[in-house]
Amino acid sequence: MAVQLDAPLAPQRRSFATAFLRGALVPLLAILTALLVGAIIIWFSAPADRGTRFEVVVAAYRGLFLGAFGGRQAIANTLVEATPYILAGLAVAVAFKCGLFNIGAEGQLFLGALAAATVGASQLGLPAIIHLPLALLAGALAGGIWAAIPGYLRARTGAHEVITTIMLNYIAFRLLDYLVTGPLKDPGASALRTPFVASAAQLPRFIGPLEDPGLTGGQTYRPLIVTADPEWNLRLHLGFAIAILAVWGIWWLLNRTTTGFEIRTVGANPEAARYAGMSITKNFVVAMALSGALAGLAGSGQVLGVEHNVKSLFSSGYGFDSIAIALLAKSNPIAIIPAAVFWGALNNGRGLMQAQTGISIELIRIVQALTIMFVAADQIVRWIYRIRRPIGDQVVFSRGWGK
Amino acid sequence: MQNTISQPQLQAGANVPRGVSRARIVGIIGVVVAALLISAVVLRVDATKFSTLNIPQPGAPPNQPLARIPLPTVATVIVLQGLLGLVGLYIALRQRMQWITLYVSTMIGLAFFTILLWAVAGSSVDLVDVLARVVRLATPITLGALAGLICERSGVVNIAIEGTMLFGACIGFIVAMVSGSTTLGVLAAMLTGSLVSALHAVLSVNFKVDQIISGTVINLLAVGVTGYLRGSFIIGYEQRNGADITAQALPVLRIPGLSQIPVLGPIFFSHQPITYIMLILVFAINLLLFRTVWGLRTRAIGEHPKAADTVGIQVNRMRFWNVVASGLISGLAGAWFSLESTFRFDDVMTNGRGFIALAAMIFGKWTPLGAFGGALLFSSADALQIKIQGFNFGLPRQFLQMLPYLVTLVVLAGIIGRARPPAAVGQPYEKG
Repeated sequence: MAVQLDAPLAPQRRSFATAFLRGALVPLLAILTALLVGAIIIWFSAPADRGTRFEVVVAAYRGLFLGAFGGRQAIANTLVEATPYILAGLAVAVAFKCGLFNIGAEGQLFLGALAAATVGASQLGLPAIIHLPLALLAGALAGGIWAAIPGYLRARTGAHEVITTIMLNYIAFRLLDYLVTGPLKDPGASALRTPFVASAAQLPRFIGPLEDPGLTGGQTYRPLIVTADPEWNLRLHLGFAIAILAVWGIWWLLNRTTTGFEIRTVGANPEAARYAGMSITKNFVVAMALSGALAGLAGSGQVLGVEHNVKSLFSSGYGFDSIAIALLAKSNPIAIIPAAVFWGALNNGRGLMQAQTGISIELIRIVQALTIMFVAADQIVRWIYRIRRPIGDQVVFSRGWGK
Repeated sequence: MQNTISQPQLQAGANVPRGVSRARIVGIIGVVVAALLISAVVLRVDATKFSTLNIPQPGAPPNQPLARIPLPTVATVIVLQGLLGLVGLYIALRQRMQWITLYVSTMIGLAFFTILLWAVAGSSVDLVDVLARVVRLATPITLGALAGLICERSGVVNIAIEGTMLFGACIGFIVAMVSGSTTLGVLAAMLTGSLVSALHAVLSVNFKVDQIISGTVINLLAVGVTGYLRGSFIIGYEQRNGADITAQALPVLRIPGLSQIPVLGPIFFSHQPITYIMLILVFAINLLLFRTVWGLRTRAIGEHPKAADTVGIQVNRMRFWNVVASGLISGLAGAWFSLESTFRFDDVMTNGRGFIALAAMIFGKWTPLGAFGGALLFSSADALQIKIQGFNFGLPRQFLQMLPYLVTLVVLAGIIGRARPPAAVGQPYEKG
């Protein structure tokens, strides 16, 4: 099958299914290979009291699957997990399209979250239709400005964004720590966190019960459909729809607008782009700002839809995971969605896996890292499974230091 | 029509680095920094206060120092920063390009010294201890920069230094903990480093994967694997055998005679082993890179691999082995974290030092001595923020913790000018 697909004389007009298979084959095989290596690790580190090694491997992956997709609640939780990954993965993908490697999605996400929490928690007395977009906008703006700095530096001074974004990450962490433990701390709470966001600024859940105001700093978070049925108490919130909308928006921007064309041209060949009259500086700054805005939006979504405040240790790993998702999706905006759902499923299912088999949840991090390795180094996968590279399949990710 | 033709030229013109005015920018920055620091100190510090610098006598108790230098805080800062501002003004007016690197280093160094004086106003500080700390904290950064430099001089970008260090720190710690021998742990860390680097070499040299992606993959893998090892092995082992773990952090080796020299002794000759190795490696690699056949060939495959190939150098084989060798050094840097600075392994304990190392390498223009200079700059930011935390200082600690990263950012942002990397760095070499 694979050989036939990649034959040099393949017909010019391909059906959607063939195009999909051609694009998805290597990432799928990469995931499969990573899961196989994960199985080998489980095989060797299996606890003795849980049956034969083979049984432990099967039970672990069964637990992983059921934890992620076994029932309405699990699926909703997987999608909740996937929501920030869709936006953050999209952020990295946009930068990739411009030939930039945004490793700083994490810092941008944190600052976006903080800005959204600050605007969201201020009692403006505005209706939700204004307050919520305002909070989201603040988050996107904070992330966008933070990311525009490395874009500008790269274009003007040649300082490589891989290092500058990481430095800005560390600066953002310290800044967040200072603000959450100092000026922005909720004065009424003993825990180190910002105040709860106002009800008008929350991203409502689609369906569920009313939340107890005693647990949310006096805020009443109202889902779109109120039900007391515990079966339908789902955490899925409006942020998921916003993420899907953002995917469509970015796809449209990249493929149907002049801005997107310029970003892609600068990414593919900056010299040619410059020769055609496009400003490298402008496009680097625009692409990075867009990327940071998406990352900031990811953070805002988490704050306004899930956490409802920012703790001094908010969460971590989004930055690097979003790179993985962008690689897995080969920077294709539409493909970001399944890649992010896969990631969310791994994160959501690993708890049950650990509960049922005693395998450390850190194993999933290894599987994730291996997945990225096999996707990034698709030459390895092609080599293992003997798949030839179709002509013109190269995706430009980034270039060396000074160029 | 006319417009569409002239636009590319306009754009191209806008993107030319503004070389002439850079001296002006740096000079003006110097004046601004000096003015800011002077006004801050004048406003915040009582003019009658003194900052006392102690110079200890090696071997003697700390309350009998060799010298006690009381400096009037405000006056000293005004004199030092005033001089710096005047030099900056001169550079800006006369556009002294060749002074820029030296001036920027001095500016950052003096800014740190000013902050130190400010923090200890009305109190005293052991200056030699601060400087010894600077050298000690420069160890992982310098080693990382040397490892990066060997790779990049051969034409391979290595942003996997951070992950390689983390792997080395973790495996080195496990081996030392289980075997009871810290030396064995250091060797294991180096071996691990070279294996991880070999993975980078296979991916980037043999499979011709984008080198930045390959490095990122290793950094991710390092966080995952070391986290897994810590969670599933190290913590449990420590709990079960707490009392039986005999290995300790590497000891301080005072070099007889030399360590008794006042000032220089404590700064350079009273360290732990990896710091000494770092100091030796700086000069050794400088020698190897610029005075031996290996060095010439390494530089050749990084600048013009095709020409090197033509004269019979096996470009990809040499790149492979140079990357593997660099892993020995980053592994050693990893051992510094878990076996020298402390005897412990924490999740992500390298804390971005691998990336700062790359910035030090760029700052040093891809030379070992320059990289060491860059590393000292960054480590002094680190030493300063650690030292100052003990004093009652106006700034919140988080802002002091930002210092090393801010300095990296400012330095990288081209204040010293657009550095020129080896010409072929980042490009896989394909014969033919």
